[in-house]
Amino acid sequence: MNYDLVIIGGGPAGLAAAIEARENGVESILVLERDRELGGILQQCIHNGFGLHRFKEELTGPEYAERFIMKLHELSIAFKLDTMVLDITEEKLVSAVNTVDGFFQIQAKAVVLAMGCLERTRGAINIPGTRAAGVYTAGTAQRFVNMEGYMVGKDVVIVGSGDIGLVMARRMTLEGANVHAVVELMPYSGGLARNIVQCLNDFDIPLLLSHTVTEVRGESRVEEVVIAKVDEQNRPIEGTEQVITCDTLLLSVGLIPENELSKKASVEINPLTGGPVVNESMETSVPGIFACGNVVHVHDLVDWVTEESCRAGKHAALYIQDKLVKNDDPMVTKAENGVRYIVPHHVQTDNLVDKLTLMFRVDSVYENVRIVIKNNEEKIKSIKKRHLVPAEMESVHLKTRDIEKLQAGTLSVSLELEEVVQ
Amino acid sequence: MSVTELICITCPIGCHLEVEKVINDDNETVSYIVRGNTCKRGEKYGIEEMTAPTRMVTSTVKVDGAHLSRIPVKTSKPIPKESIFECMKVINDVKIHAPVTCGDVIIENFLGLDINIIASRSMKKRTKVTETVNV
Ligand SMILES: Cc1cc2nc3c(=O)[nH]c(=O)nc-3n(C[C@H](O)[C@H](O)[C@H](O)COP(=O)(O)OP(=O)(O)OC[C@H]3O[C@@H](n4cnc5c(N)ncnc54)[C@H](O)[C@@H]3O)c2cc1C
Ligand code: SF4
Repeated sequence: MNYDLVIIGGGPAGLAAAIEARENGVESILVLERDRELGGILQQCIHNGFGLHRFKEELTGPEYAERFIMKLHELSIAFKLDTMVLDITEEKLVSAVNTVDGFFQIQAKAVVLAMGCLERTRGAINIPGTRAAGVYTAGTAQRFVNMEGYMVGKDVVIVGSGDIGLVMARRMTLEGANVHAVVELMPYSGGLARNIVQCLNDFDIPLLLSHTVTEVRGESRVEEVVIAKVDEQNRPIEGTEQVITCDTLLLSVGLIPENELSKKASVEINPLTGGPVVNESMETSVPGIFACGNVVHVHDLVDWVTEESCRAGKHAALYIQDKLVKNDDPMVTKAENGVRYIVPHHVQTDNLVDKLTLMFRVDSVYENVRIVIKNNEEKIKSIKKRHLVPAEMESVHLKTRDIEKLQAGTLSVSLELEEVVQ
Repeated sequence: MSVTELICITCPIGCHLEVEKVINDDNETVSYIVRGNTCKRGEKYGIEEMTAPTRMVTSTVKVDGAHLSRIPVKTSKPIPKESIFECMKVINDVKIHAPVTCGDVIIENFLGLDINIIASRSMKKRTKVTETVNV
């Protein structure tokens, strides 16, 4: 089989990339999705809050996905479901398997990696105790409750206050469970303030900051968990233990980009994001292999996934049409002072269409700071921010007039504390 | 004069609001002054949260004949906050049949509030032939 463009993953990232590539003239496109339907993780995120930027209205996850699925159908873009991609080579030979075609291989001119991410599990954070049933990742529980209709438990403790944990606290409560607490290791929540209000405060669910689970107890099923306060080094403080009787522990302790396939294709991975090193076109270190969405870095808003994935689709089209510029000495982005990482990692200004978007996360909570963009130590832009938190991805946009002035070398993003006006 | 601190939940920015209750000589509330909002919607939220708080409810209802056993639904408009659990009871009593189109009214005019419960995705009827490949 031969296709110009093969897209791995039919979540919001893969769908947007496919649609954009078609709208930019690529006829031969195939989307491969291992699940039984398109839409990715959005199909289980039944709460609203998606699409405010993209569509200027508040949609639920499935509604957001459906708009893109309809568009894919309208454009008659080919896809295969229940199809697991097993391997990709640097030469862009894609191997996959499903029950209809069996094992098959596709030679592509370009590939878009859009496999999304995995949830960190209990093993990844080392919670001691028995291996009783009733410990789930929040996303798995979300899928059980929202798609299959199985309640995972009645008395629940949630570890991690990221948005998935908060949303699940409300969801379990609405379905009749008793959520005893959301336990967060850090001194601040990992989720949006609006979710603390409408998912926890509305239902009087306590949020225990600087706390952790020190033990899980129970024979065959979870019977109780022990929680404790932690000190500044995140070590449990003796004497602060509390025992909570519960039958279920949900873990919302972070997401990791899913890059087994990327590694097989010899794509360079950035240790800070856990995803491929990409340039302004969302192209990885392997020419013609692009990546977008959660496989590159974990996003909290799907709207930005869509934006980034459109960029990947558009530039994949240019690559196929031999119109993508390859610069051997691209600008390198540098995360400095308070900034944990930046995507993209490399910038070739020749490929920028109208603006350059730099996406990044900060490493702690900051009040009243300036985001400063420098090109080889020279300040080119600065933006005032009242409030920055690691849980929210930030982005800055450089317009054409800024881009024109850029010199080869480095482009850095850093934080500066506001001067105090006397 | 009393001031209540709130967080606007209308959009993900989550502005910190201060809502001041203005009372007249007879101790009756005459108006509210909202500060800290970035946009107009924040003012509306601040006043409503003090007078008649509302929330969107999203949940699922049982569906048969589809590839899944639950279909997501939402309220067509935010409902009074105190009606959330009543709303859940109504939702949990319903069972529908595929096919369903996104936006279909599942429960009409529920609790007499002029608010509907609508499907938030489409679901086809499950067929014997697998529709997994569309090439
Ligand atoms: C549990 C959970 C809850 C979330 N809740 C929210 C939320 O409430 N709001 C929000 O804005 N964001 C939320 N997110 C973030 C959300 O994932 C992203 O905004 C967005 O869905 C990412 O899109 P994506 O296409 O990159 O990844 P996904 O939606 O994960 O899609 C990736 C797709 O690739 C497929 N795939 C992976 N590997 C293969 C393979 N080898 N072969 C074939 N197919 C493959 C997967 O089956 C999946 O369908 C949540 C994420 C998770 C994990
Ligand atoms: S005031 Fe406006 S900008 Fe601020 S959270 Fe509310 S809706 Fe969003």
